[in-house]
Amino acid sequence: MRTAYLAGAGNTPFGRLEGRDALDLMAQAAAHALEDAALGRADIDGLLCGYATTLPHLMLSSLFCERFSLAPAYAHSLQLGGATGGAMLMLARELVRAGRCENVLVVAGENRLTGQARDASIQTLAQVGDADFEVPNGATIPAYYALLASRYLHETGLREADLAEFAVLMRANAARHADAHLREPIRREDVLASKPICAPLKLLDCCPISDGAAALVVCAAPRNGSRVALLGAGQGHRHQHLSAIQGTQNYGARDAAQRALAEARLGIGDMDYLAIYDSFTITLAILLEELGFAPRGGSGARARRGDFALDGPLPLNTHGGLLAFGHSGVAGGMAHAVEAYRQLAGRAGERQAGTRRRAFVHADGGVMSAHVSLVLGREG
Amino acid sequence: MASLAMPFREGLQRGELRYQACSACGTAQTLARYACRRCGGTQLEWRKSAGRGVVYAVTVVARAPSEDWRALAPYTLALVDLDEGARLMGHAEPGVSIGDRVEATVFEFAGRRLLRFRREP
Repeated sequence: MRTAYLAGAGNTPFGRLEGRDALDLMAQAAAHALEDAALGRADIDGLLCGYATTLPHLMLSSLFCERFSLAPAYAHSLQLGGATGGAMLMLARELVRAGRCENVLVVAGENRLTGQARDASIQTLAQVGDADFEVPNGATIPAYYALLASRYLHETGLREADLAEFAVLMRANAARHADAHLREPIRREDVLASKPICAPLKLLDCCPISDGAAALVVCAAPRNGSRVALLGAGQGHRHQHLSAIQGTQNYGARDAAQRALAEARLGIGDMDYLAIYDSFTITLAILLEELGFAPRGGSGARARRGDFALDGPLPLNTHGGLLAFGHSGVAGGMAHAVEAYRQLAGRAGERQAGTRRRAFVHADGGVMSAHVSLVLGREG
Repeated sequence: MASLAMPFREGLQRGELRYQACSACGTAQTLARYACRRCGGTQLEWRKSAGRGVVYAVTVVARAPSEDWRALAPYTLALVDLDEGARLMGHAEPGVSIGDRVEATVFEFAGRRLLRFRREP
């Protein structure tokens, strides 16, 4: 089979973008990605898009294609919560490898912050919980992750102060990105003193709700001077609901990672850049530990040592992640891959972490429910 | 609204805690399923739980999802492993910790009956 390459990326600023709807934002990010890849609309023969909670539509892909004037040979949208971006990139790779498409545009965007009331957003997201057993209790996404965190901290010895390290690091990273939602630096004490949301999670352990969009182009040939290949991809699905999770040792992330690494014929130790989903600090800590980038209960200590910093051995989410770059739904989860591509292509500007050759990208949807891992490699 | 979990909801309305179990292997199911999580058997029956168990996870919700719930916040939510083997989410007495023995009670909120776990006396 052919190799699939990431050949261009684009994003809008993330944050409060008044007066722009989901399609406006998607179109802007898509236009940037096409320009970056030096591709015209007629070159795009595949289109994959995410969903937007502010624009429920039966065929968002067709709607976007019409407005953006695309006429692809293959198009649909995809829904897998926070793992949607990863799943779209995995599918785009398969379409290219199989010879179905030459140039697949992957795009997502949403006015999640300004397009609806905050309560509405929180309630929409809470519905990933069980409608009979969980949601009626007044549970929310932060509550699900807080329950998960309480057990994980109890079993592994990870502490709230360890979680705070990641909030601080993501802000420090976002400060270098002009498009990030939250660029003000914070200290560990600020995180620990921030107002309680769902114990043990506090406000600064939680990502913001943002407006924004992101896009990537996956091609059969490298383009525009960059040679960043999608070397491997894998998924893991063990449960949907928090209540149904069994144990704390494998939520499904490890399944996805092993499949992706096996396909890439690489190991965890070969990775030199990390793009890991971080809806909450606990999400990031658990994923780093389950994936094997830190020992159980030891992710905070690694962060404290500077291992995940821009100048450390394993730079992590150098755009600022969901915690600081922002979370606009599917695009928030795609922004990690956008940044990984830019790092490997040597196009991350002042955030460039030297020469990066192998990136590990991981996204989870629901409550550690749906997992997608991608391995990216720079050729030459 | 009909759903797989109707017997659970109807049970709560009557003050009875029910869980699904596999007729073939006896495994208790968490939530509601079409097939047994252990053996794949499709003959699942609803049984009555004694309502006692151990706290598996706990949180205090300070940021409630809606105006209704804000009246009650902060409230404690817990995941409890019932002695029969199913895991269940419910409200809980403030201050409960992971590992505590608890028993289920039922309370009414916004016209609906919900579970509230309290420490075993």
